[in-house]
Amino acid sequence: MSRVRLAGGQEVRGLARVEGPLIAVQGVRNVAYDELVEIVAPDGRRLHGRVLEVDEEIAVIQVFEGTAGLSIPETRVRFAGRPLEIPVAAEMLGRVFNGVGTPIDGQPAPLPERWADVNGAPINPTVREYPRQYIATGISAIDGMNTLLRGQKLPIFSGNGLPHDQLAAQLARQARLGGAEAGAEERFAIVFAAMGIKNDVADFFRRSFAESGALVNVAMFLNLAADPVIERLITPRAALTLAEFLAFEKGMHVLVILTDMTNYCEALRQLSSARNEIPGRKGYPGYLYSDLASIYERTGRIRGRGGSITQVPILTMPNDDITHPVPDLTAFITEGQIVVSRDLAQEGVYPPVAVLPSLSRLMKDGIGEGLTRGDHPHVASQMYAAYAHVQDVKSLAAVIGEEELTKVDRQYLEFGQAFERQFIGQGLEEDRSIVQTLEAAWKVLSILPQDELTRLSDDELAEHYGSTEGLAYT
Amino acid sequence: MVMQIGKVSWISGPVIRATGVLDASMLEMVEVGNERMVGEIIGLHGETASIQVYEETSGLKPGAPVYGTGAPLSLELGPGLMGGIFDGVQRPLAALAAQSGSFIGRGVHAHALDRERTWPFKPAVQVGDTLRPGQVWGSVQETPLIEHRLLAPPGVSGVVTAIAAAGERTIEEHLLQVASPGAAQDLTMMQSWPVRQARPYARRLAPRTPLITGQRVIDTFFPLAKGGAAAIPGGFGAGKTVTQHQLAKWSDADVIVYIGCGERGNEITQVLEEFPALVDPRTGRPLMERTILIANTSNMPVAAREASVYTGITMAEYYRDMGYDVALMADSTSRWAEALREISGRLEEMPAEEGFPAYLPARLAAFYERAGQVVTLSGETGSLSIVGAVSPPGGDFSEPVVQHTKRFIRCFWALDKDLANARHFPSVNWLESYSEYLADVQGWWRDNRRLDWKSLQSEAMTILHREASLQQIVRLVGADALPDEERLVLEVARLLREGYLQQSALDEVDTYASAEKQFRMLQLIIEFYHRAKVVIDYHCPIFQIRQLPVITDLLRMKSRIANDRVAELDALEAEINRQIGALEKDYRP
Ligand SMILES: Nc1ncnc2c1ncn2[C@@H]1O[C@H](COP(=O)(O)OP(=O)(O)OP(=O)(O)O)[C@@H](O)[C@H]1O
Ligand SMILES: [Mg+2]
Repeated sequence: MSRVRLAGGQEVRGLARVEGPLIAVQGVRNVAYDELVEIVAPDGRRLHGRVLEVDEEIAVIQVFEGTAGLSIPETRVRFAGRPLEIPVAAEMLGRVFNGVGTPIDGQPAPLPERWADVNGAPINPTVREYPRQYIATGISAIDGMNTLLRGQKLPIFSGNGLPHDQLAAQLARQARLGGAEAGAEERFAIVFAAMGIKNDVADFFRRSFAESGALVNVAMFLNLAADPVIERLITPRAALTLAEFLAFEKGMHVLVILTDMTNYCEALRQLSSARNEIPGRKGYPGYLYSDLASIYERTGRIRGRGGSITQVPILTMPNDDITHPVPDLTAFITEGQIVVSRDLAQEGVYPPVAVLPSLSRLMKDGIGEGLTRGDHPHVASQMYAAYAHVQDVKSLAAVIGEEELTKVDRQYLEFGQAFERQFIGQGLEEDRSIVQTLEAAWKVLSILPQDELTRLSDDELAEHYGSTEGLAYT
Repeated sequence: MVMQIGKVSWISGPVIRATGVLDASMLEMVEVGNERMVGEIIGLHGETASIQVYEETSGLKPGAPVYGTGAPLSLELGPGLMGGIFDGVQRPLAALAAQSGSFIGRGVHAHALDRERTWPFKPAVQVGDTLRPGQVWGSVQETPLIEHRLLAPPGVSGVVTAIAAAGERTIEEHLLQVASPGAAQDLTMMQSWPVRQARPYARRLAPRTPLITGQRVIDTFFPLAKGGAAAIPGGFGAGKTVTQHQLAKWSDADVIVYIGCGERGNEITQVLEEFPALVDPRTGRPLMERTILIANTSNMPVAAREASVYTGITMAEYYRDMGYDVALMADSTSRWAEALREISGRLEEMPAEEGFPAYLPARLAAFYERAGQVVTLSGETGSLSIVGAVSPPGGDFSEPVVQHTKRFIRCFWALDKDLANARHFPSVNWLESYSEYLADVQGWWRDNRRLDWKSLQSEAMTILHREASLQQIVRLVGADALPDEERLVLEVARLLREGYLQQSALDEVDTYASAEKQFRMLQLIIEFYHRAKVVIDYHCPIFQIRQLPVITDLLRMKSRIANDRVAELDALEAEINRQIGALEKDYRP
């Protein structure tokens, strides 16, 4: 990390102790909490860390790269006199960095436009602008049922082996501003942060961005599975620091993809246990909520500044358990969640989005007349209600057998099938317009008798019910 | 007096320690470092003080000075609060933005109340009058909705020796002088009050008046009384925030204090954008004119989050003391409890359940006990109602914050994940929720509005309970196996659920339902049930009932019939009678 600025701060030789990812240095003066430090290992390697705790005698330091190879007498520690900052510049688009922002693509370092503290600072709620513009992703499960708005944080909850990466990549490739403003001249950027993911996955994203020609607008921050664990606590913050610069100083619309937040949380748990903190649920620290919020809340729009930050964090739910602290606390902070379902994936549905537990909280503010289409709110609500009823019918059918179901309930089963296969299901490359998505919805809704569709208005039914136009299914 | 009392000796996040502290007291407000960040002493051991700091401590160094203020953490109370937005320690966020830009910087200071602004002061006492604590000595019109009554601070009394004439005044001007036994005292429009101390009142009253919210499931089945305390627990996305926003918008309180405690920035922005544009149905004025916002979002410093609920409730009590009905919403008390837990952890206190400190229940009790309908010191009636959201991990109500909260509230709106997933909103589960105020407010409804809810409520609830047990059978054998009388119960329960309990916050008409509309709607559904039951007893098959067009009308009346056109429900009633009457004629034995 040669790009870290270290003004000639004080230097200490020798450590008091080494414990897991932590070192303690004795006999220091004038060290600040959260200060950046450079550590020179006995073999000459330069490592970095930050001060977690300090008193008049001892500073406890978290070492990003891990403490392997550090010895008590021979390690040198130099204090930078400032918090961890990274250089930010528009030129960083098109480049690949490690987890703390040092270029690893073999090209010369971009010229910094300025340096920025990776921790950022909270946006004053009085200057925020509420998100109201929808992003057309071309994916029906999202656009139709869980519309994503510019400035929203909407995570993907998935499980190991499920196609969340494909979904996120498709979303990133296809995303464009929908509605009235569609087609306006806009500056887009993607900031991608990888925490502890496999090399293959990072490569998949890189290829996907390259194929769509978007690579020049992408900055990648990679902390891969084999990279130092503690470093990944910095990765999303470094990425968001660049995103904030691009959005709020350069007026760009930035989509931030963070994957995999579960790995991030595990790194935090590891650090917490090294500090002997009282563990909370499943060993995660009690401040996990606040820590995650310090990442997820770095999203939104600011009045008077052109740009925006939209976050799509990805996390794998251990054991597919949505009540696990990582997804649970995430959903308490984000503005909804897209849940990927193993059952649907096994039935061959792509994207296997489980609609019932998914939710976009901001959707209501970005859809309807003049935004998407007038019938959209009622259509989405009716689709949810009907699909929720399908689940009841399925459990009843499991008991009494399908033949014993009433006619209407059999129609519900048929609706459920069509909903999953034709509405939710679509091709990896298929980019549906919002009108195509809504027409697909009407097509499957029309399987049900009209008087079951209580959430739609008479006018809407008169105009759209029974329509089968508009969509060629893949 | 601000003077140095020690120096920083240890820093770890929001908690620091200072040594050399000889002259300081517990809960004293202090200023830390050269940036003079605000903090509060939360522990004293010998010459060492533990301090929670209300700002981000990055960059703070051991050796930095700590200054004492000689006073506990206190608020500025006076004209200028209404319509304002403050952080957890009452810093006005708009002023912070003017000073430090879009992002909240450190060491930024701003007075909660504007010193320059003038207010149209009107005196209410004369020279020679005797002033007692809590007495109104003047007023200013703070917003078109709120007359701000200037109260003699608790502890101040004496004979008035001077009073300013009516006119435009700033909050720092001396307006009133009283000759107290000790010395003369000058009063301004502003007073200060320690946040952690409940403000005094003359006596408590038993809450008997409903807080009318316009939300059917609440007003009809689980009402909150003015001066009562309610909890609204639910997992993520269950609808806590939307419900609290609804209450803040439509409740018939005079003053709303809304605390965003460790929640989302966008939600606060939404209130800031919506409330000035929304009009109070009773007064026709923008809602912001009666609202105070406290915003300490999830990414703002955790110690200030801990303080935010006290900041909010102290302001709420201040307006209660003027004789207003105040309703306070705290979203979410779980984030507050977690802030307590984090600070406690940094202090290395012995944890109790799930890492929460052993004093969690005591803190919750002290918070909810500040609710109440009271006779104020000046003899008026005022009330403070509290609605606290709780965010249990995994949506599991057996966790400590929900469990302890239940001990101190009397109204429990249990939000249900399954209902929310089926988009049944508000997702208040009618089997698990309760309100101990239900019986208490019935008299008020009867005497003041001539609405006798009792039999309607209990009959509707019986139908919903019967549905719940019938559903267990339906899940096993299907609805067709039930006798028609029971299938009618299911049908009416559906009318109640979809046509009555479900109420979309987004529906322009249905977002608020007047009490009269609620009452008539419920009457019609129950009347439908009674009439249909007779026909079923005549062996009319259930499908005949289910096909009646009036069912759709009953399902849609909530959004078709506006509050000012409740009389149109009479036509619907006639239609019920006509359609069922026809069946009755056919099937009468
Ligand atoms: N009364 C309502 N009418 C219509 N929609 C509602 C209502 N209540 C909740 N919703 C829907 O549910 C979503 C989630 O509600 P809300 O944000 O209030 O949840 P919450 O319980 O506060 O969640 P969290 O704990 O994560 O903050 C809303 O975005 C909205 O779509
Ligand atoms: Mg909420």
